[in-house]
Amino acid sequence: MSVLVNKHSKIIVQGFTGTEGTFHAGQMIEYGTNVVGGVTPGKGGSSHLDRPVFNTVADAVKQTGADVSIIFVPPAFAADAIMEATDAGIGLVVCITEGIPVQDMVKVKNYLQGKNTRLIGPNCPGVITAGEAKVGIMPGFIFKPGRIGVVSKSGTLTYEAADQVVKAGLGITTAIGIGGDPIIGTTTKQAVELLMNDPDTDGIIMIGEIGGGMEAEAARWIKENGTKPVVGFIAGQTAPPGRRMGHAGAIIGGADDTAAAKMKILAECGVHVVASPADIGKTMADALKK
Amino acid sequence: MNLHEYQAKELLKKYNVPVQEGMAVESVMAAEEAYRQIKTQTGNNFAVVKAQIHAGGRGKGKIAGSEQRGVAVGKSLEDISNIAKNILGHTLVTIQTGAAGKKVNKILIAQDVYYPGPNPVKEYYLSILLDRTKGQNVIMYSTEGGMNIEDVAHDTPEKIFKEWVHPGGGLQGFQARKIAFNLGLGGEAFKNCVKFVTNLYNAYVGLDCSMLEINPLFKTSDDKIIAVDCKMNLDENALMRHPDLAAMRDITEEDPTEVEAGQYNLNFVKLDGNVGCMVNGAGLAMATMDMIKLSGGEPANFLDVGGTANAQTVEAGFRIIMKDPNVKAILINIFGGIVRCDRVAAGVIEAYNKLGNINIPIIVRLQGTNAEEAKKLIDESGLKVQSAIQLSEAASLVKQAVA
Repeated sequence: MSVLVNKHSKIIVQGFTGTEGTFHAGQMIEYGTNVVGGVTPGKGGSSHLDRPVFNTVADAVKQTGADVSIIFVPPAFAADAIMEATDAGIGLVVCITEGIPVQDMVKVKNYLQGKNTRLIGPNCPGVITAGEAKVGIMPGFIFKPGRIGVVSKSGTLTYEAADQVVKAGLGITTAIGIGGDPIIGTTTKQAVELLMNDPDTDGIIMIGEIGGGMEAEAARWIKENGTKPVVGFIAGQTAPPGRRMGHAGAIIGGADDTAAAKMKILAECGVHVVASPADIGKTMADALKK
Repeated sequence: MNLHEYQAKELLKKYNVPVQEGMAVESVMAAEEAYRQIKTQTGNNFAVVKAQIHAGGRGKGKIAGSEQRGVAVGKSLEDISNIAKNILGHTLVTIQTGAAGKKVNKILIAQDVYYPGPNPVKEYYLSILLDRTKGQNVIMYSTEGGMNIEDVAHDTPEKIFKEWVHPGGGLQGFQARKIAFNLGLGGEAFKNCVKFVTNLYNAYVGLDCSMLEINPLFKTSDDKIIAVDCKMNLDENALMRHPDLAAMRDITEEDPTEVEAGQYNLNFVKLDGNVGCMVNGAGLAMATMDMIKLSGGEPANFLDVGGTANAQTVEAGFRIIMKDPNVKAILINIFGGIVRCDRVAAGVIEAYNKLGNINIPIIVRLQGTNAEEAKKLIDESGLKVQSAIQLSEAASLVKQAVA
């Protein structure tokens, strides 16, 4: 089963012929992902990485039946790219681009209302269903197939968690990098919900960080609806208030969005909270034994 | 990116938002000239001197070693001249600057807004910011102006109002009117407030602000509505479309090491601890800081070298961390994905040899693509570098280093 993407997903790449798009599309294809083409306005009709290039997402959808898009378009044009994919009826849009202006994302979020498109990201490593489809920039070899789902705001911390899970003898169903921006398409709660409802996932790792209220929202949902163990880690226990820590959204705004406050809520809602990032895999293995 | 009050007010005026008039100056002589001009324009002997630094609490803050406040009223040329002398070039300490304070390079000579007139004056609060949960901009306002809004929110939450702006339609007339009514305004002041709020929202969107705070928002004795103070933060992601705003950055207000790191595309935040760290990825960097603390140390910095760690960035990172004399150990934590660990290891060795004389323990944890090869390179280099593959191994090495 898994969630969001699998070996049957038909994927197009927006920003296909650029440096980033070319490199990562190549890696995705190497992983075995079903990349059916790409979009670069003005280069329609040509071929790239042995796949057709289209001028518009609508053309790509018509010709290839694509249902997933991954975006490597520069920040100034990324919001437009997301809306174009939405307008073309793409069901899942994964936006990797980092550095999109917040007001652009306010528009995108509004544009998505009432549409049948799910956005993952922006500013994220993407989504991977182990052994089936890699729609992102993560190193594929770390994600060995198994029965643990991962939801994370951070890229390398997702790799860290997946690696520990695999070394603990478990393995991954789907890992969802939701992104570290203040406004993102799919929230922690929504991603956790997808994995909670996936029969092939036995446990969920939820990695958050300082800033915003998404982890608390997810935790409250888990308390009411959780049926599987959830291991939680919140990065930024030592981060000073008011400073942006790399991610645009990683900034402590008040008493509610510190790591300590979030860890407290998670623990109260029955999440297995780890203080050290080194304990993620082991804690999941222990939780599954109970 | 933070702006100074005087810069923010100049920008607001372009959007027809009325502000307390003033002139930013860098010398006592220029301050005196500014005072003469303001006195001529307003016909009022009173004027205000406001220190321009990137920190709040200026009115209550004091110049180090004196009783001079960061914001002070003068009623004569002599007064203004003395205050300017007391502030310019000196260090202002406020609750937001920390004990070290900030040097004042510029002061704003501004009109006295408490001039006499037919009606009572009043201070309000108004800010515009992003509501992350709703994904919409929200206007937050209160009849309780001029004080710390966090305290108002805590003590009297019923006095804080919020108005969300729909991204499709933008701020509507009825919303601006509602704000003016809720602030208890009538007559000319009401009309002026509606215009003020409408234009301020246009400025917020047009300038790609991430936060815009007017405190106090002020009703003068002749019913004008003006911004007496203004705190404006710009969205750094949007600066690419505002080169004029990017040019307003004042790097003298920033930590010099952070500025230098930025030149190498390194994301660096200076902290007060004793263990430096260099990591790829913001989340892992924060997690590494947390792990340092759990191992008995205190993180000396946040440093994200990004997705393309190489010999140059590693060397720059080393140099920047080593500038801090409090650093007793350095932990390099790289999870190689696209980045190959053996290349990073080669970079570490190269940087180490180049810098020479590194007398503190260096712990290198390389995991992911080609981690084994990387460990071998480090172990065989003969350098006094301790290597680890698992995060838990790195943690215990940090524990030993700070013990």
